Amino acid sequence: MEKAFCTPLDITQIEKNFAEINPAMTAAEAGIEANRCLYCYDAPCLHACPTHIDVPSFIKKIASGNLHGSARVIFDANPIGATCARVCPVEVLCEGACVEKTLLKKPIEIGRLQRYATDYALANSKQIFTQGEANGKSVGVVGSGPAGLSCATYLARLGYDVTVYERREKAGGLDTYGMAEYKMSQAVSLAEVEHIERLGVKFLTNTEIVGQDAAEAGVSKTAIHSTLRFKELSDAHDAIFLATGLGKTNHLNISGEDLDGVIDALAFIEQVKTRDWKSIPLGQTVVVVGAGNTAVDALTQAKRLGGARVIMVYRRTEKDAPAYEYEIELAKKDGIEFVWQATPVEIIADNTSGRVALLRCEKTDGSGRVFDIPCDMVIKAVGQQKMRGFFESVAGVDVDEKGRVVINDQMQTSDPKIFAGGDCANGGAEAVDAAQMGKLAAMGIHKSLSGEIVTFAGAAIKKPEKSPAHAH
Amino acid sequence: MADLSINFAGIKSPNPFWLASAPPTNMGSMVERAFDAGWGGAVWKTLGEPITNVSSRLAGLDYGGNRLIGLNNIELITDRPLAVNLKEIYECKKKYPDNAVIVSLMVESKREAWHEIVKKSQDTGADGFELNFGCPHGMSERGMGAAMGQVPEYTCMVTEWVKEVSTLPVIVKLTPNVTHIVPPGQAAQRGGADAVSLINTINSVMGVDIDTMIPYPNVNGMAAHGGYCGTAVKPIALNMVSELARDPEFNIPISGIGGINTWRDAVEFLLLGAGNVQVCTAVMHYGYRIVEDMIDGLKNYLDEKGFASVTEIIGKSVSRVTDWGNLDLNYDVKAHVHEENCIRCNLCYVACEDGAHQSFEFREVDGKRYPFVIEAECVGCNLCYLICPSPGAITMERRDAGGPAQSWRDRTSGKS
Repeated sequence: MEKAFCTPLDITQIEKNFAEINPAMTAAEAGIEANRCLYCYDAPCLHACPTHIDVPSFIKKIASGNLHGSARVIFDANPIGATCARVCPVEVLCEGACVEKTLLKKPIEIGRLQRYATDYALANSKQIFTQGEANGKSVGVVGSGPAGLSCATYLARLGYDVTVYERREKAGGLDTYGMAEYKMSQAVSLAEVEHIERLGVKFLTNTEIVGQDAAEAGVSKTAIHSTLRFKELSDAHDAIFLATGLGKTNHLNISGEDLDGVIDALAFIEQVKTRDWKSIPLGQTVVVVGAGNTAVDALTQAKRLGGARVIMVYRRTEKDAPAYEYEIELAKKDGIEFVWQATPVEIIADNTSGRVALLRCEKTDGSGRVFDIPCDMVIKAVGQQKMRGFFESVAGVDVDEKGRVVINDQMQTSDPKIFAGGDCANGGAEAVDAAQMGKLAAMGIHKSLSGEIVTFAGAAIKKPEKSPAHAH
Repeated sequence: MADLSINFAGIKSPNPFWLASAPPTNMGSMVERAFDAGWGGAVWKTLGEPITNVSSRLAGLDYGGNRLIGLNNIELITDRPLAVNLKEIYECKKKYPDNAVIVSLMVESKREAWHEIVKKSQDTGADGFELNFGCPHGMSERGMGAAMGQVPEYTCMVTEWVKEVSTLPVIVKLTPNVTHIVPPGQAAQRGGADAVSLINTINSVMGVDIDTMIPYPNVNGMAAHGGYCGTAVKPIALNMVSELARDPEFNIPISGIGGINTWRDAVEFLLLGAGNVQVCTAVMHYGYRIVEDMIDGLKNYLDEKGFASVTEIIGKSVSRVTDWGNLDLNYDVKAHVHEENCIRCNLCYVACEDGAHQSFEFREVDGKRYPFVIEAECVGCNLCYLICPSPGAITMERRDAGGPAQSWRDRTSGKS
């Protein structure tokens, strides 16, 4: 990477810009905040959490000084509780539902308290749960992102021999490669993976699952990367859980997309995750196309890296932007410029360098006006492709019209031996949603293989019932 | 502006707020700073034969993140030479003639000893004496403090000794470490006391360090029971004050002590019969400055209620305290949830379900689920109202027709 196309800032400034947006709580902060929690009964935060963590319970355990117990409550309902503590959109989930938001307009900082308890467990290598007694059955999990990690954890607790197959070098999926660095560093995701590994879950990284017709399966002679045919996988395990996530970033389908300086958002974010600041590609004027949460992550990180002008281009209006409102607010605070109701029509190169020089856009407000944004970097953040091909021809399971794997409420696909969850099945949601699907899949797999029904914490919410003596 | 000045058993004070005999009144410079801050009076840290204290001496009770809702101490009476204290009392009183300076005393149970210290102390210009018959730790093991206050005959006897020589009003400070407060109070009155003050501290063990397994406060690996005070003891003090105030045989002034933090607390003591109040723990926690809001808040309260003088509210609630047997069994209140103020924490639901009478159910209002009181089940216990965190969300509503009252006494005596 030539010097010209990277951050202009010194490392100290960058580290400052990428400091955690929600820093760890001190013991004093956690104590005061935990005591502020009302300990609601049948609490709205618990309802709002997709994994239904018993929030009042884990918070009161922090208040009582029972951090081990607090972490147990969290990890019992969500094996990636440390990740979710940092990356969950708490404003629209638990904290958004907190009754203190009604009373004082200041919800309890549930996310940071969750981080406080889970940090304690991870930092002290507390083994909260143990591997169940081996039951002689094995499950293969494809993909080590939130859904895969969650499912693997619960299955290991039940005594299954679990192997997670991951095509990347490191496990964790988007937890490891896709989270904005100021929200969470890779180290946290990897610590969480290690925590799960200690339950006896085996991780086969650098391993890609391919179909029967793939040219050659096995260990490549030239790279660490190895491939495994789906059939071998299927033969080796009693059940399979597909948690492959989504595919590559969508194309803009305009000319100039292959130019130097055009990158997709996930690749950019992944580069940031290396924290090898000087090697991260960065222009002086960066345009991000798209207005989802990933687009915001790309925008804010380009700005924090020192992009002089960082601009969002989105075809619809601000209120249509799919990103959470608080994410758009963050982008505004970071000094991002916004071009609403405009769609890119062409990326134009500089004559001499061949690099991006202009993004030509057309207004979508009916005026049809065409205008150019001079820029030297374009980041595409217009959603990810579905891996329809993989599911249909490699795994051989049904896919719906939107490219999502079809599952029942047990997370079982059209092939009874194959289960699926996470983005590949819900079309793309939060890590916490994937974690819940992983949990439900583990229950579904166990029921399918053993006939036994097991219910993990937060699988469903128990409704408060009147005591029988006084039922009305 | 309401007049806050009082004349308590012949002792004049610009306001009813006195510092209790304790560390905040240990020496002249402290008492003078307290008077500068606005305290009306101060009861000097108990004089007697100087003692040797231990270290450490205090332990606190925390709750829900709040420090020191209760405090316990094993500090004894003054550790300063008598002559030094007397000199400082003299100087202080000279400098602050309008403030009340009360000398607290405690000596061994000998007539001559009491005569001697009273005589020595009344030349200081002090306004009165307080006899410390309440200290429950250390001194009581030596036959002093609570050892006096727990035996009405001793209380009466020593009070008589003091009155034999005292030219100043004598207040007897009572211990709460008794089954019933009235006999010691009456004993003090019988002995000629001009007033009583209560409560002194309560016997207590504050807790145990669960790592070292040594109770608090740790004195080289050992602990002793100490005197409990602070916010948490207020209800106990209010009960004892009101018990004396409503006793027909008891008719000398009461100085109220125990858990007073604010003017509100003070008003409660005054309403239940205290003629003034004494404060210690709140000052130990926050300093002398707290008296500013006590004075300000009390004045505003009296003005708002239309009282010209603080003395007008003394004892105003005493007639409202009675025995259980006299309470009206026909009075009937029910809890009522006001959805517009309800934050749906459901604490009322679980409290009633597990801690009371299962009188709640959930009902949908405008698509939201709210707790709802089943009046037929509600006994009007107040629990839900007490725990509700949202002001105005639960009220207790009167449901009986307001007909004639009937108490348990009425019923058992055949009155209809």
